[in-house]
Amino acid sequence: MTAMEPRFREMTTDSAAAGRLHVLGSAAAIVELRGLSKRFGQRTVLRAVDCAVGRGRVTAVLGPNAAGKSTLIKVILGMVRPDAGEVLVDGVLVDGDPGYRAVIGYMPQAARFPENLTGRKVVAMLRDLRGSATPVDTTLLDEFGLAEELDKPVRTLSGGTRQKLNAAIAFLFRPSLLILDEPTAGLDPIASGLLKDRILAAARSGASVILTSHVLSELEDLVDDVVFLLDGAVRFAGPLERLRRETGEARLERAIAGLMRRGAR
Amino acid sequence: MKTTLKVLKYELEDVRRSRGVLAYSLVLLAVSEGLLRFGGSGPKAMLSLLSVVLLLVPLVSLVFGTMYLYNARDFTELLLAQPVRRGALFRGLYLGLSLPLAAGLVIGVGAPFLWHMSVDESSAGAFLALLGTGVLLTFAFTAVASLTAVTIDDRARGLGAAILAWLLAAVVYDGLILLVVTLFADYPLERPLLGLTLLNPVDLGRVLLLLRFDTAALMGYTGVVFERFFGTIWGTSVAVGALLLWTAVPFVLSLWRFRTKDF
Repeated sequence: MTAMEPRFREMTTDSAAAGRLHVLGSAAAIVELRGLSKRFGQRTVLRAVDCAVGRGRVTAVLGPNAAGKSTLIKVILGMVRPDAGEVLVDGVLVDGDPGYRAVIGYMPQAARFPENLTGRKVVAMLRDLRGSATPVDTTLLDEFGLAEELDKPVRTLSGGTRQKLNAAIAFLFRPSLLILDEPTAGLDPIASGLLKDRILAAARSGASVILTSHVLSELEDLVDDVVFLLDGAVRFAGPLERLRRETGEARLERAIAGLMRRGAR
Repeated sequence: MKTTLKVLKYELEDVRRSRGVLAYSLVLLAVSEGLLRFGGSGPKAMLSLLSVVLLLVPLVSLVFGTMYLYNARDFTELLLAQPVRRGALFRGLYLGLSLPLAAGLVIGVGAPFLWHMSVDESSAGAFLALLGTGVLLTFAFTAVASLTAVTIDDRARGLGAAILAWLLAAVVYDGLILLVVTLFADYPLERPLLGLTLLNPVDLGRVLLLLRFDTAALMGYTGVVFERFFGTIWGTSVAVGALLLWTAVPFVLSLWRFRTKDF
């Protein structure tokens, strides 16, 4: 009922996926969630969530506070184990083997790093953990002008600078799947603009992006698809245009408000 | 294993530079230096240091350990999003925390003895026992700190639990033993007391040290009982074994919890 029909892009840079496209519908999805449920004690956080995230598309996971957005992201990352259901990333079942995370770049909501290490050391550590042969993309680090700050211990950096480092790290290993939790929170408008450009550039070069945000208006020009969560259940999943059509609202913010009113009824 | 070493490498660097570990080492250095300078001979200073080590090592390992792990939580989540195994990551975290604490202790307590040349052949055993016991206690209480931090998500409650654990082990437990001894003075208490000693790492540390000094009789009931029952060699082995268990059990429990918990 809530499952999204697989959606294709005319062009996909992943040739293997393109080959399978017409045979196997789900090849168009970078992430597939099937019947995910999760409870924390008495609280049900996810209720039978079914959805698919399109390859090469920017998908926004939206919803009010405590709707289950972060939990959904953490299930994809393997940080939270679902009580029921399964997760497939790039066609691979997530079952405890960490290898699948090699294609993922993650930007958590809170940017905290070991306080006495320099930014450069933090970057070196993540490179080491990934295997130093992994090619890196420092475009965002350079664009943010972090070169000087990288040599200072993290504890001396401002919140904004840490958040920039946090964002740059997500893009560092040329991930084919970017997972960004509240990416623009705590960034100044310039940095936020740079980040949005990088997100679009990544999507254009074939990467898939999942992001959450509270500031809906900031997202409008980025987002292809919307997954709307309310009380842990998917209330809408599909292209942004369809959301606009169905709610009769042109602006994302109003469309979401429309969804919430319908959900409350 | 490779992942563990990589995590360890960077965490060692972080903890080594933390002000907490530096302050800890400096305090121990000052105490050790002071005792040697004003308190007289090596063995005498060692005996006084013993009480300091038995109180301070568990406290710092517990409080610094839990605080560090709570502070590292967000970064731990970022590491969990990398293609690494949880078990390897946790082993790296534990070692990266306990090794600098142990090194801080050995340097702080040991250095003054070296530059005062207060260790001779007769007291070398006691000196090594002092440092070794401190290191074992560091590993045991860092493991307890890890267990606290991975089991209790709320940091205020976690810190409270850590301090409570320290109070129990370092202060309350002795009082309880004393109470038992006075209440049941008419009964043979050797064996129950041995059992009670094995249950508390701080007592184990005390026994381990007292077996090396010839003052066991002066320093409390459990030490004497231990020596009578086991003799020095066996007593030492049993106490070391029990302390290692005090490291292994909380470590394995927290490793299991770290591998299965939701972040």
